[in-house]
Amino acid sequence: MITSADAITEPVLEVDGLRTHFFTKAGVVKAVDDVSFSVGRGEVLGLVGESGSGKSMTGYSLMGLIDPPGKIVSGSIVLDGIELRTLNAEQQRRMRGNRIAMIFQDPMMTLNPVLRIDVQMIEAILAHKQVTPAAARLRARDALSKVGIASPDERLLAYPHQFSGGMRQRVAIAIAMLNRPDLIIADEPTTALDVTIQGQILYEIQTLTRETGTALIWITHDLSVIAGLADRVCVMYAGRIVEQGTCEEVLANPAHPYTRGLLDSVPANNERGKRLKQIPGMTPSLLDLPPGCPFRERCSRTTEACEVSPEMRPAGGAGQSVRCFHPLVPVHG
Amino acid sequence: MASPLPVANAPARSVQTPAQRVAADFLANPVAVFGLGLLVLVVLAALFAPLISPQNPYDLAQLDVMDSRLPPGSPAPNGGHFWLGTDDQGRDMLSAIFYGLRISLAVGVISTVCALVIGLTMGLTAAYFGGKFETLVMRIVDIQLSFPAILIALILIAVLGQGTGKVITALVTVQWAYYARTVRSAALVEKRREYMEAARCLALSPSRIVFRHLLPNCLPPMIVVATVQVAAAIALEATLSFLGLGLPITEPSLGLLIANGYQYLLSGKYWISFFPGIALLLTIVSINLVADQLRDVLNPRLQK
Amino acid sequence: MLVFIIRRSMQSVVVLLVMSLLVFVGVYAIGNPIDILINPQADQAERAQAIASLGLDKPLYAQYFTFLSGALHGDLGKSFVHATSALGLILERMPATMELAISATLIAVVLGIPLGLLAGLRPNGVAGRSIMAGSILGFSLPTFWVGLMLIMVFAVELHWLPSNGRGPTTLLFGLIPVSFMSWDGLKHLVLPATNLALFNLALLIRLTRAGTHEALLQDYVKFARAKGLANSRVIGVHVLRNILIPIVTVIGLQFGALIGFAIVTESVFAWPGMGKLLIDSINFLDRPVIVAYLLVIVFLFILINLVVDILYSALDPRVRISESKG
Repeated sequence: MITSADAITEPVLEVDGLRTHFFTKAGVVKAVDDVSFSVGRGEVLGLVGESGSGKSMTGYSLMGLIDPPGKIVSGSIVLDGIELRTLNAEQQRRMRGNRIAMIFQDPMMTLNPVLRIDVQMIEAILAHKQVTPAAARLRARDALSKVGIASPDERLLAYPHQFSGGMRQRVAIAIAMLNRPDLIIADEPTTALDVTIQGQILYEIQTLTRETGTALIWITHDLSVIAGLADRVCVMYAGRIVEQGTCEEVLANPAHPYTRGLLDSVPANNERGKRLKQIPGMTPSLLDLPPGCPFRERCSRTTEACEVSPEMRPAGGAGQSVRCFHPLVPVHG
Repeated sequence: MASPLPVANAPARSVQTPAQRVAADFLANPVAVFGLGLLVLVVLAALFAPLISPQNPYDLAQLDVMDSRLPPGSPAPNGGHFWLGTDDQGRDMLSAIFYGLRISLAVGVISTVCALVIGLTMGLTAAYFGGKFETLVMRIVDIQLSFPAILIALILIAVLGQGTGKVITALVTVQWAYYARTVRSAALVEKRREYMEAARCLALSPSRIVFRHLLPNCLPPMIVVATVQVAAAIALEATLSFLGLGLPITEPSLGLLIANGYQYLLSGKYWISFFPGIALLLTIVSINLVADQLRDVLNPRLQK
Repeated sequence: MLVFIIRRSMQSVVVLLVMSLLVFVGVYAIGNPIDILINPQADQAERAQAIASLGLDKPLYAQYFTFLSGALHGDLGKSFVHATSALGLILERMPATMELAISATLIAVVLGIPLGLLAGLRPNGVAGRSIMAGSILGFSLPTFWVGLMLIMVFAVELHWLPSNGRGPTTLLFGLIPVSFMSWDGLKHLVLPATNLALFNLALLIRLTRAGTHEALLQDYVKFARAKGLANSRVIGVHVLRNILIPIVTVIGLQFGALIGFAIVTESVFAWPGMGKLLIDSINFLDRPVIVAYLLVIVFLFILINLVVDILYSALDPRVRISESKG
């Protein structure tokens, strides 16, 4: 069920009821369980959650990079009017790196250590566009300067290990933008970097996507990153989206107790000298999750009603919705 | 306040000793069980060779050269059959194989055990004392391991001469390096563990620390290496015997039997080489199967 | 890069010197040099003459220098059996062994890498499992027995291939006698080369499979797919280039082992190479030849190690660049 956030423009991506399950010997892991959201053109959507919340798996599902024993079991992914799930393998390949691109978390390992940078960039272009290698090389060079890498001609001839972590991530960003995709999925791209570099990379990505009108899904566990960056935010827990809304609304007036807990546990939001607030308990294992609200064991507002899985309902500010029987803000309708 | 949610996991197991767990894991793999069964058969055949052989192949009184080179299944003079044929001296192949198995296994196991003891001691002391001693020992090990075993064995035989003791010496010399290297790597890891620190604090004597504390924890990889090496030693001895540079004729191992039959291969009397070869094959394959499974079972990283 | 080569070459020379010392000690000090170098059938007068001319009555270090200078001039003594230069005998037989070893390496590489790749890409399929099971056999079967079986099946039963010997040779570059250039020669080469290749084949299959399996789990493979690259490129370029580095190293190092294993294969197939010469020499107690063989082998091994090191640094950009800095 799509709860419509009133997108500023028509959506470039619409995800409806996405379910990605992993069929392991120990049981079924519902990594992504009924996820629905949409992203407008040029919009930045934040996908927030702890490890194990399913946010990365959502990203991989959108890209079609789920390997066995995982499988997208149901749902629809519509990119610019094209239903991705009905495409065959070759058609999907043509979308990847072309209309939809991804940036990964650890820049150390995403670039192949034994291949030169220019090889790795040019192949990304040649896989999708019919241009001469020379023209592709020029494009790669320009892309490198755009992400702020000095002396790009020399850098093209270098190997990944000759770059620092921040620079490698810039290269990854450049590669993602090479074919001017409609949407970029960034999976925690700054988590592995130094704090000072984080700010630079954030700024870089923000500027670039604004310039080109590329939509961006930013996956992170760090709320403070989302605060300055995203237009809208989805909070994920145990494979489900538990809250959606504009960034300001969700951060100022969170509807879901989990979001409240996340916000409260940010050290800056705590009083000096007092004990840091934590959400009690641990994230549940996604293996054979029992029915009902997955947060109920850790929630202070649990009642018997929570033994049934809640649905997403509009609540709070305009465009906000929540999956909870006892939200912190009033429910509409 | 909510209590922490238990992480969904496998049901709690009843407490097993490590040995029981290893055995249970081992027996879970049908291939390994097959290998073990085969190995047990081989060992039993070797142990009870005199009892189960239709004929004592080395008792000259029982041999009749008129029976030589008979194909498998031919009838024997005293009733019964030469199930696997006879060789050029009239020996029953089946009996010869049983006796040969004995010798092959015996030489393999003896050389492995000796090499194990020497290699363990060298490797453990090198790891424990470190410094120049360790560098020296490991250099020797590295150089030795960079040459193929057969070459080292051949040169040793060339220098020392032939005979059972010299063959075993050659086998031991070839093998000790593997043990030394493996146990040293394991010991280096264990040395940093806290129980070693504790033992040192208790001012225990070095030999006690090395043999009572360090050694037992380094054993799992050693068991795997030793098992594989028994097979390798048997194969190496067979190769040496085949080349005529192994055990003397008075101790005919499977390798020698195969060598005997080599000349008859071209005239179609394959059984003189073929069946001892099969016996050798079964022995080595069964040991390797068992070793493969042992390696998986004893590997701490694969513990669930 | 040049600095690297020079440095490694100098290290190799040191190792060679050390090994020559070890051989010398083995022959002159431990073994009885008189037996090793002088024909046991010589009579008293000849022995005395030989002892004097070989300098065996001089102190040990002087003998070592004589030994070394002789070695540098290519004189490692005369064979007892053939009455010609021991080193000459070995060099005469070397092309045969080299041809065998190179053919075996080719067979192992051409078959092993694709099979290992297949097993790594489809580990749980029928193909993957049977390839792995086959590779265990390749390890377990003693080389000489497989050789015998090959002869039995292909020569005796099927009469497709000859059972031993080298067959006619033609001269490569007008210098080196090789078999593979003639059809008959090739027929003689097939069985022994295959026999020799088996161990390496099994090794390569397992290595390639393990490397592929590990590489497929890496992030750069996922990233390559995310870029929308065709599967053939992901496997053929990204995965292959990464696993080739350790594989090339192993192939190189194993070449030395092949020369050692060739001893057995040459005996089984009566292939006239260095290995067969060694066995015959041990049987006839022709010790100068054994000493010569040892030194040549040591030299070859050191050379192989050097080449492998250089090759490795050429292939792995991470090593190459750090070496040029340091």
